[in-house]
Amino acid sequence: MSAHDHAEGLPHQPETATLEGRNKILGFWIFLGAETVLFGTLFSAYLALRHNVMDGPHPSELFQLPMVFAATMILLTSSLTSVFAVQALHSHKKNAMVGWLLVTILLGLGFLGLEIYEFSEYVHEGHGFTTSAFSSAFYTLVGFHGAHVAFGILWIGLLILQIFKKDLTVVTAPKIYVSAIYWHFIDVVWVFIFTVVYLMGKVG
Amino acid sequence: MSAHAHEHKVKRYTGLMDWLTTVDHKKIGILYMIAGLFFFLIGGLEAILIRVQLMEPNNDFVSADTFNELITMHGTTMIFLAAMPLLFALMNAVIPLQIGARDVAFPFLNSLGFWTFFFGGLLLNLSWFASAVPDAGWTSYVPLASNTYSSGHGVDYYVIGLQIAGIGTLLGGINFMATIINMRAPGMSFMRMPMFTWAIFITSALIVFAFPVLTVGLVALMFDRLFEANFFEAGNGGNEVLWEHIFWVFGHPEVYILIMPAFGIISEIVSTFSRKRLFGYSSMVFATVLIAFLGFMVWAHHMFTVGLGPVANALFSIATMLIAVPTGVKIFNWLFTLWGGSIRFTTASLFAIGFIPTFVMGGVTGVMLASAPADFQYHDSYFVVAHFHYVIVGGLIFGIFAGLHYWWPKMFGRMLNEGLGKITFWTFFTGFHLTFFVQHFLGLLGMPRRVFTYLPNQGFDTMNMISTIGAFLMGIGTIAFLLNVFITWAKPRNAAADAWEDGRTLEWTIPSPPPEYNFKQTPLVRGYDAWWKEKMDGNKEMTPAEPVGPIHMPSPSIIPLVMSIGLFIAGYGFMYDNLIVGGVGLLITLGGMFFRSVFDDHGFHIEPEDQDKGVHA
Repeated sequence: MSAHDHAEGLPHQPETATLEGRNKILGFWIFLGAETVLFGTLFSAYLALRHNVMDGPHPSELFQLPMVFAATMILLTSSLTSVFAVQALHSHKKNAMVGWLLVTILLGLGFLGLEIYEFSEYVHEGHGFTTSAFSSAFYTLVGFHGAHVAFGILWIGLLILQIFKKDLTVVTAPKIYVSAIYWHFIDVVWVFIFTVVYLMGKVG
Repeated sequence: MSAHAHEHKVKRYTGLMDWLTTVDHKKIGILYMIAGLFFFLIGGLEAILIRVQLMEPNNDFVSADTFNELITMHGTTMIFLAAMPLLFALMNAVIPLQIGARDVAFPFLNSLGFWTFFFGGLLLNLSWFASAVPDAGWTSYVPLASNTYSSGHGVDYYVIGLQIAGIGTLLGGINFMATIINMRAPGMSFMRMPMFTWAIFITSALIVFAFPVLTVGLVALMFDRLFEANFFEAGNGGNEVLWEHIFWVFGHPEVYILIMPAFGIISEIVSTFSRKRLFGYSSMVFATVLIAFLGFMVWAHHMFTVGLGPVANALFSIATMLIAVPTGVKIFNWLFTLWGGSIRFTTASLFAIGFIPTFVMGGVTGVMLASAPADFQYHDSYFVVAHFHYVIVGGLIFGIFAGLHYWWPKMFGRMLNEGLGKITFWTFFTGFHLTFFVQHFLGLLGMPRRVFTYLPNQGFDTMNMISTIGAFLMGIGTIAFLLNVFITWAKPRNAAADAWEDGRTLEWTIPSPPPEYNFKQTPLVRGYDAWWKEKMDGNKEMTPAEPVGPIHMPSPSIIPLVMSIGLFIAGYGFMYDNLIVGGVGLLITLGGMFFRSVFDDHGFHIEPEDQDKGVHA
């Protein structure tokens, strides 16, 4: 193991160099399968309840597409920067990798900030969590996604600190790799939220 | 690669700390078994109380409220806290051995899964002491389970207890999928895997794709109850039928999560004690996959009377009947395996052979219920109660008893007493059919399920008495099993590696119980029924696939226990509107994750000269 402990001896794809690493990546893909079902169910509940706005504002009055579009672009860009981080991982450029990870979580923070601002605006417009079945389903679905983003930021932040302490090794590389897959996943979920919640809310 | 990490000191615990910190799949299997049997006894006691109440008409042994609590807790406990962990016990005890692995893919998560299940189950059952017991049925239908009709904390215990226990189940599903895909011994292709391994592989996939649905359902119900959300509040635009859909989209695959492992156990035992290769192995695999696939397409057959319309009912009706085809394939494969075999009637094989006709009866009533127009008659009657007990007790519990008797020597190094085992079988088998066979006719006569009493002279009286007598007989069977366990405990550990002498799969090639690293050398698998093949070729042991060398082991850890206690505290905090306690609980759990991430476990190595210490040959 010690032969691979330092960057100079790392294999090209250090994340799959050990059985532990391969297990971690496979297990994480399976976990994302479960997460897909989780969000699928939240989407189903939202689709079943979205017309039941009661006395609250209708989605077409509520949603401000320019801001949501900006949030979408921020999150999509962060997915790109996490790809750059993994490329840096494969070429063993530790500093570049940490740099791209930092950009990724900064963009994530930007997205989260916009979402918090958006939610507080909605509450001011009378669209609270308990207003209607639509509002409960909306906040639960979008909130679950936001909680995933927040968790991802904390997680990747912790990994950056670990990289400084432990260096890039066959132990730390799989962690970076699965956090990148996770980040792509929450990005894909957001693409569906943008379409199903916001675009369909505007036209449907 | 392995000869370097010697500098890491070996952390070893003994006694209680060993069990609290273990990441060894064999010990976790034993923990699952003890916890599962414990909850099985609680659920069984609840069943006995239900049957005493229904023993005679106009009985007032328990009040109507208590009766509702008993049926809710009986169903919930038996399914989530008895059946599932007993399956996880056998999965843990057997799967790594059957595929020639030294442990599961994620030993730490394995431990975490056990402890979250345990504390979820504990929280749910503590409701008895808080005098706030869930009483909305194991399906917890809204609006009955909403704040309007269940204002106490009872349903909160259900929602939060199951949520925490569900995390453990999901982790187990992910773990065993990854283990079976990545950790098989060299030469063990997918189509050489033992049937039990296949069954657990498919079960794990079902868990991964079904449990998150329950997670969302429970979150929605929890938000409705604790934070005044409106998912199921019709007055604010919510939809009660949505709960039924969510519950059964999870709930129907859950039924297959329960029965698939039993299919696997029966396949192993029928083949071993017929001394024959399993008939139609590849059709068995295909049938398992097909049942799992169809299992996701039939949930609305639980909702025929909701009013989904004739088209939906017809489609779900046909899809449900289709499942009888692959299930029939399995039944005939077992019969053809027995056909012409030199059958040994051990306790395990008695349970397996008793399973076959019993499960067929449950399957036949299943097809009857699948017919939507007929279901309007059977719905919510004792006919349904008889049906699902035939598939769950007659299927799964027979399977678990068969599996426990079969693998007991592998788990503990001691053979269970065959005489007591046969008493267990005959009392449990007879008691089971006495209890539930008459319930078909009670249902057809019109006795509704979930009623706490009934009036005399409707033709219900005698059959209810018979049913109650049967329930006591099942209780005696269970006591005989426990007696067997305690008596065996005092006996020496002298089970042979191939304890039944007719073992076919890899678990029978290593000592009973196995050393903590399982296989000194990873075996080379040369065909289906790998061990039987070697024996038929005149070999006394497996061909090793690697030289003897130091074996890498994961370190024990207390973190899974701490994280689960954190969730337990958080559950209580949120339930009683104390957000500070809830937050502290979550922080403990997140802190556990933090420690696990920051402090890497390098494990330790067992050197070749230490590998035979304490191993019973």
